[in-house]
Amino acid sequence: MPTLSERILGAPAGSYVDVPVDRAIAHDGTGVLAHQAFCEMGVRGIRRPECTYLIFDHIAPANTSTTAGLQRELRQFAREQGLTFCDIGTGICHQVMAEGIVRPGEVVVGADSHTCTLGAFGAFATGVGATDMAAIWASGSTWFRVPETIAVRFTGRLRGAAEAKDAALAYVQALGMDGANYRALEFVGDGIASIPMAGRLTLCNMAVETGAKAGLCYPDRETTEYLASFGVEAEMQVPDSPRYVKEISLDLSSLTPLIATGHRVDHVQEVAELAGQPLDQVFVGTCTNGRYEDLLRLSRVVRDRQVKVRTIVVPASRRVLERITAEGILSDLVRAGCVLGPPGCGPCLGAHLGVLGEGETCLSTANRNFVNRMGVGGEILLASVATAAVSALAGEVTVPGVADVR
Amino acid sequence: MYGEGRAVCLGSDVDTDRIIAGRYLRTRDRALWAAHVFEDLDPTLAPRLKGTVLMAGKNMGCGSSREQAVIALKEAGVVAVVAPSFARIFYRNAINIGLPVIECRVACKEGARVRFNLAEGWVEVDGSRCHATPLSPKMLAILQAGGLVPFWRNHQ
Ligand code: SF4
Repeated sequence: MPTLSERILGAPAGSYVDVPVDRAIAHDGTGVLAHQAFCEMGVRGIRRPECTYLIFDHIAPANTSTTAGLQRELRQFAREQGLTFCDIGTGICHQVMAEGIVRPGEVVVGADSHTCTLGAFGAFATGVGATDMAAIWASGSTWFRVPETIAVRFTGRLRGAAEAKDAALAYVQALGMDGANYRALEFVGDGIASIPMAGRLTLCNMAVETGAKAGLCYPDRETTEYLASFGVEAEMQVPDSPRYVKEISLDLSSLTPLIATGHRVDHVQEVAELAGQPLDQVFVGTCTNGRYEDLLRLSRVVRDRQVKVRTIVVPASRRVLERITAEGILSDLVRAGCVLGPPGCGPCLGAHLGVLGEGETCLSTANRNFVNRMGVGGEILLASVATAAVSALAGEVTVPGVADVR
Repeated sequence: MYGEGRAVCLGSDVDTDRIIAGRYLRTRDRALWAAHVFEDLDPTLAPRLKGTVLMAGKNMGCGSSREQAVIALKEAGVVAVVAPSFARIFYRNAINIGLPVIECRVACKEGARVRFNLAEGWVEVDGSRCHATPLSPKMLAILQAGGLVPFWRNHQ
């Protein structure tokens, strides 16, 4: 029987399809090039502005006059075209789209590799480049090769201080950085039901770190309840013995806190193996782990205590910021010594607001630890929010315990 | 689609951050990207890329969707990129920009003469030929047009 990707794209794996795009997303980074290509194509209007989103998140607010100038042009373009425009401070595009916009069964294409995040809703969500986005603006559709699917089957439930991020690092380690190249991942099994939407977004977010085209969850009760909280109605779907090219199995109940090191996302170790390594910075945020649930978890650990290293917290969206403000979480974080950045990508891509210096190490809740990504000569360790929180308090890599996250 | 160039060998899992670093993205100046291409991998590479065929290891171009990575390579004079496997966005971007990408498992010899024909699906390194994974007709048509922008203009 068909996989979720095959159902959505309406053709068996291996075939080429032309499909209408339900949501087309670009940001201030890729939008500039997409705009340029769009003009060069000689097209005047965006075909389906109602499906088109331009969200300023990557360098937000602008860091130089050059950036500000490019953003000014894009803003102007957005106004002329009547698309949905979200200016700086609205949040990271993937999070904004996860707040009641993307629905199960949609085809979602973003000019950003982490668009796969939105597969958490049972949408076929994938990243493309800027020129592809320009063609989507022009035509309202795009072509795909329908991917084969690898099943990532979760059993058991998360225990202790382990969280969805650890499960994500575990499957990236199991598959490797190109283990799912050209393929889709489906997260299935009893274990997935116990993971709330925030955690599913984290799981799907890292699908691209295995080379996958998309990472999908079947929409279930959790999905419909989450969407209902935004006033969106959606239907559930269940797997019907889909044809998988491969299957891996992970027991959530045996997971311990993990950390990716050595400039490779698939180079994953137990946090315990690195315990005591000194840190220069801790960063909690990004499209992987900057959601309300993440900042709540962080605040529970650091509240009424003081962080020992500079700790940058960047909410993934304005909605997240509003909620942590209303619930007093923000003041707990600020009192504990955390520094708050505006909703957006923050230092994740090494362009502004918290880049690293030569020889510095940052423990980050992001998804990539490539060489020089957060600044020339810096090193990035990727881990969960709980690991980031206890490590911030200690000033060194620390294993979170059950008591820390209660 | 025929082409040729001198081989430059690269390792596996070369990510787009290493092809062009995030710190150089805030511009539309293509010459700047060409000047800083591979800076974090090997700073001596950029000026040596004209007329070369990059022969990378598996998973070439993984990571961010940044199209500036393929633009930088093309601007620097790279003729084609050969690898046993590509990260999918990089692969698609290259075709959209009109930079030939060839999926083929072949040993690299630094400086060797590389010839290829995409329509016929082969790559030759110092005279020994191997078969490449064929492109879909649409991908080939886009590449032959010189990229998605000219392809689109022709099909209006
Ligand atoms: S938070 Fe980081 S990984 Fe996510 S979209 Fe922004 S730059 Fe990319």
